Amino acid sequence: MWTIATRELRSLFVSPLAWSILGAIQVIFGWFFAVLIYWFVRPDVQTSLANDPNAPGLTAIVVGSLFDWMAIILLLVTPLLTMRLISEERRNKTLHLLLSAPISMTSIILGKFVGLMGFFIIMLGMLMLMPLSLLFGGMLDFGQLASSLLGMILFLGALTSLGLYISTLTAQPTVAAFSTFGAFMLLWMLEWAENIGEQTGILSYLSITSHYQPLLKGLFSSADVIYYLLFMALFLILSIRRLDADRI
Amino acid sequence: MNSDILISAQNLSRYYGTHCAVNNISFELKRGQILGFLGPNGAGKTTTMQVISGTLAPTMGQITIAGYDLIDEPLKAKMAIGYLPEQPPLYPEMLVEEYLRYCAKLHRIPSANIAKAVGKAIGRCGLHSVYRRLIANLSKGYQQRVGIAQAIIHTPDVVILDEPTVGLDPNQNREIRTLIRELAQEHSVILSTHILSEVQAVCSHVQIINHGQLILNDTIKGLLTQIQSTYLRIALRQPPDIQVLTGIEGVEKVEAQDKNCFRIQYTANHNPAEALVEKAVAGHWGLYELIPEQGTLEQIFIDLTNN
Repeated sequence: MWTIATRELRSLFVSPLAWSILGAIQVIFGWFFAVLIYWFVRPDVQTSLANDPNAPGLTAIVVGSLFDWMAIILLLVTPLLTMRLISEERRNKTLHLLLSAPISMTSIILGKFVGLMGFFIIMLGMLMLMPLSLLFGGMLDFGQLASSLLGMILFLGALTSLGLYISTLTAQPTVAAFSTFGAFMLLWMLEWAENIGEQTGILSYLSITSHYQPLLKGLFSSADVIYYLLFMALFLILSIRRLDADRI
Repeated sequence: MNSDILISAQNLSRYYGTHCAVNNISFELKRGQILGFLGPNGAGKTTTMQVISGTLAPTMGQITIAGYDLIDEPLKAKMAIGYLPEQPPLYPEMLVEEYLRYCAKLHRIPSANIAKAVGKAIGRCGLHSVYRRLIANLSKGYQQRVGIAQAIIHTPDVVILDEPTVGLDPNQNREIRTLIRELAQEHSVILSTHILSEVQAVCSHVQIINHGQLILNDTIKGLLTQIQSTYLRIALRQPPDIQVLTGIEGVEKVEAQDKNCFRIQYTANHNPAEALVEKAVAGHWGLYELIPEQGTLEQIFIDLTNN
């Protein structure tokens, strides 16, 4: 499993794709972060915050909106990274190498998953430097920061597992990318069901972003964490089964 | 069970939907044997190889590799297999050396032995000059060699090569054949091909498969004696009447190919060459050519696969 994971990570970094994604993300959020900080230190904003007894703190404003946007942007980026996981192996016929090697389907899928998660962790590590830089001039709520980070990792894990599954279905990376993108968008937009007066709340409950918001606010609920873990487990198992079915 | 039987396949069948690609094939392969898998396009060669290598599950039947059942103990069985698919499974963005190290790890070579195994595979496949290059930039022949190196890196008991010499120049071809013969000293090799001379040159056993069925399973020696030619070609400057030739003892049939050349069929244990030469000298026929026609695998192949 680790062999596959390391190869996955290495192959990402020898291709320009990983670097361009890392670079673009860094520029986007650098700008976003700068605007946020300038807005935060504007005198009028400061006075209005000072007059509000329930005013959100620095962490809530800066980290909260940063992670909120990150979720949306990563929703767009993840399909580009998950698309090639299995479909490219299929297209290059390198899948045979993995299938004829003494490794189980589970290790192949988990290796791919862990490899890409490794990439996301590196990316999050770089993004985390921005909020951490606030420590030069202020205090951060580390509890909320940690809970946001956990939420982000779980959210990305869920996206990756779904993307990985879709990638096992096809030999065409672009098909995988677009289907994944569609699935993500739908999962996100399910949240809007409450706007049209959905009474039961089932649809918005299923939305992939609705379980992320509480964690951003620093609200750790095991139900949300379990939602993501189940989501990941479901699609990882489906991927393993799909790959297994290839042989039959 | 005889531990020297490295592959045993019993009643293998494989269907794609309702299309039967491989139909009830059984065979065994011992250590040191090289099995050539022959067949026209679409005969089921590749499917059979994929089934044996574990990348495709058989619809029916049982495969045992080095004593391990491929279905019940897939990991142990796969440790004993080196497989080169029709299209070498290469990652274009990796260096040759890096790729081979990855393959070594995939095949669970302990990390202390990886460098040695990679070095050995590079040496055996003649990759010294390219091992620091990107696989994407290699020529087809070198890519093929990297594919073979990948299949033998963990010194598996069974090496399965699907059309290993496709796209190689004649020199590389010869080197690969030498390599295959070398491999067979420690391993069993199965190779599929439709180049008949290749089978004749390297294999110890031949199987011909057509429409998913095994239609011939023999040793090369057995096959060659089976196809012992019973034809002579002669050329005479002053040929006698054709009846005179037919009259010679042992001659069954004489075909005149042109004014001077004749093709003589004779009964298997009665070669008329000697009598023919004596008569030719005595009758001043002016014999200037006498060629026993060499039977080839090609004929057998065409005969068997066209029926």
